[in-house]
Amino acid sequence: MTANASTESEFFFARAGLQQLIDVLRTRGYKVVGPTIDQGAIIYDEIASVDQLPQGWTDQQEPGQYRLERRNDEAWFGYVVGPHSWKRYLFPPLATVSVADKTAAGWQMTSSPDPSPKYAFLGVRACELAAIKIQDRVFLGGAYVDPIYRDRREQAFVIAVNCTMAGTNCFCTSMNTGPRCRTGFDLALTELPDGFLIEVGSDSGSEIVRELQARVAELAESQAAEQARLQAELQITKKLDTTDIRNLLLTNLEHPRWADVATRCLSCTNCTMVCPTCFCTSVSEVSDLQGDHVERHRQWDSCFNLDFSYMNGGNVRNDIRSRYRQWLTHKLASWIDQFGSSGCVGCGRCITWCPVAIDLTVEVAAIRGETP
Amino acid sequence: MADRPKLAVFKFASCDGCQLSLLDAEDELLAVAGAVDIAFFPEASSRMLPGPYDIALVEGSITTAHDAERILEVRKQSRFLMTIGACATAGGIQALRNWGDSAEFLRAVYARPEYISTLTTSTAVADHVAVDFELRGCPINHHQLVEVLASLIAGRRPRTPTHSVCLDCKRRGTVCITVAQGIPCLGPVTQAGCGAICPAYDRGCYGCYGPVKQGNSEGLGDHLVASGHHPSDLVPLFRNFNGYSPEFRAESDRLAARAAQGD
Repeated sequence: MTANASTESEFFFARAGLQQLIDVLRTRGYKVVGPTIDQGAIIYDEIASVDQLPQGWTDQQEPGQYRLERRNDEAWFGYVVGPHSWKRYLFPPLATVSVADKTAAGWQMTSSPDPSPKYAFLGVRACELAAIKIQDRVFLGGAYVDPIYRDRREQAFVIAVNCTMAGTNCFCTSMNTGPRCRTGFDLALTELPDGFLIEVGSDSGSEIVRELQARVAELAESQAAEQARLQAELQITKKLDTTDIRNLLLTNLEHPRWADVATRCLSCTNCTMVCPTCFCTSVSEVSDLQGDHVERHRQWDSCFNLDFSYMNGGNVRNDIRSRYRQWLTHKLASWIDQFGSSGCVGCGRCITWCPVAIDLTVEVAAIRGETP
Repeated sequence: MADRPKLAVFKFASCDGCQLSLLDAEDELLAVAGAVDIAFFPEASSRMLPGPYDIALVEGSITTAHDAERILEVRKQSRFLMTIGACATAGGIQALRNWGDSAEFLRAVYARPEYISTLTTSTAVADHVAVDFELRGCPINHHQLVEVLASLIAGRRPRTPTHSVCLDCKRRGTVCITVAQGIPCLGPVTQAGCGAICPAYDRGCYGCYGPVKQGNSEGLGDHLVASGHHPSDLVPLFRNFNGYSPEFRAESDRLAARAAQGD
């Protein structure tokens, strides 16, 4: 699933081939999830046809603002990233972990009754591949493996699509996660005006390509794809200086900027919900009125919630200042100690989807002493 | 709590919608009726047993001198007193009178205003007596009501969320209407409970479940003004069903003052 792509495995198919790809995957029992327009945004949802893709549309993003705009071409993947991320499918917002029923013989426990759908993800960006890799480490990497994530992840087929443009809030180049898709995919596509260049990243990817009407890419096509990808890289303007960032943040826990950001932050959880790596949940027992049937529910939760840091006798992060600080220092500093990498992939979602336009790159620059 | 606790439901100034939420519980209502002894619930039954009661659900705000006396008696008769809904918890939509001229409203609405005996304010039950639990909402969510009753019967903490509406929008996959459409929304500062209904229909949150604990209404107000909304347009956003809750009241007063200064 995560082999390096090599130049020998570059193929090309005409635009009509994309529907064929979707059909092949569906025939093999995959639920194909890809970009589609809904509620004024490009979101991820189950698709059956290329007609559901956001053809000819792009996303214009600013801190706290997202708008769809028409492109002057008919590109299917001419946008960056939207409000959803793939974690919604690998790490569902609500999961039933187990069920218990009271019987004459005592409590009968059963494990998760939820199905594990077999997904094919179409249109995964480089920063999102990096995010999936981070969640792999979180959910599969340690002694305690998350079976819900594992079952969905093992079955997933990943079709990356290289960015050929960048958004205002993109900073993957600062986080070394993109924009080029290098590993972590079964297939990686680069969209060109007349078709797609395909790189194969795994045996299952190779198997699917054999079923498509694809041919070995010509040099000119490979070069055109390289140019298109370069364009995305050149468009990135946002930067996060990560030099010694762990120590910068952890030695500035009393910096006045934390109090400043707390006057603006609503502690509403939006940044953590849209973040493709944030993984916090709460687990609760839900019983019926008689107390005979109990379900253990796991739901997405957030360090911005007051109750999330409630411990016996009190709340350990009892104001917005300490909760924002917890999120940012975990994401960019203590994550490195915990998982060996930054928790940020530079996708910019937390900036775009913050309802009051807080930009973490500006907050870090302020703590670094640079004028925002 | 003893087996089959005695439940009473009291009404003050309200639309009855929260009591109807209990009757709307349908399948669960039978389970509720089996788990508690519904001793006093005039909206549902003519059987009205005297107190004391184990659990009192109080709907409505205090708007008359008689209400103010009656709530003291309800408190005396009740071991566990829970307010249900925005009226009982924050004064309700009728608390808009607190910013107006009550006598003028009477003249405008009633042909014979002298027949009406009312206080000039609509206030929360907690402003008059000690409240053991506040169940938010306009109206309340019957799943939450059943959950709180179940927790009382089982002797455990109720599992009612205290997070913002935003979290529920994200869990259900709703795209943020403030960010994607520029619609002002109280979701970031409002406690969840409805399941984030309005933003899923392209409407800003009305704040039916009241202010979230440690919310930042001022931060939201400041950002909306900075994004081009006029302070006077934002006053009604905060002055709604929970407008007289301390947090929304303070922010609406601050915005009204900014509007008056010509900000």
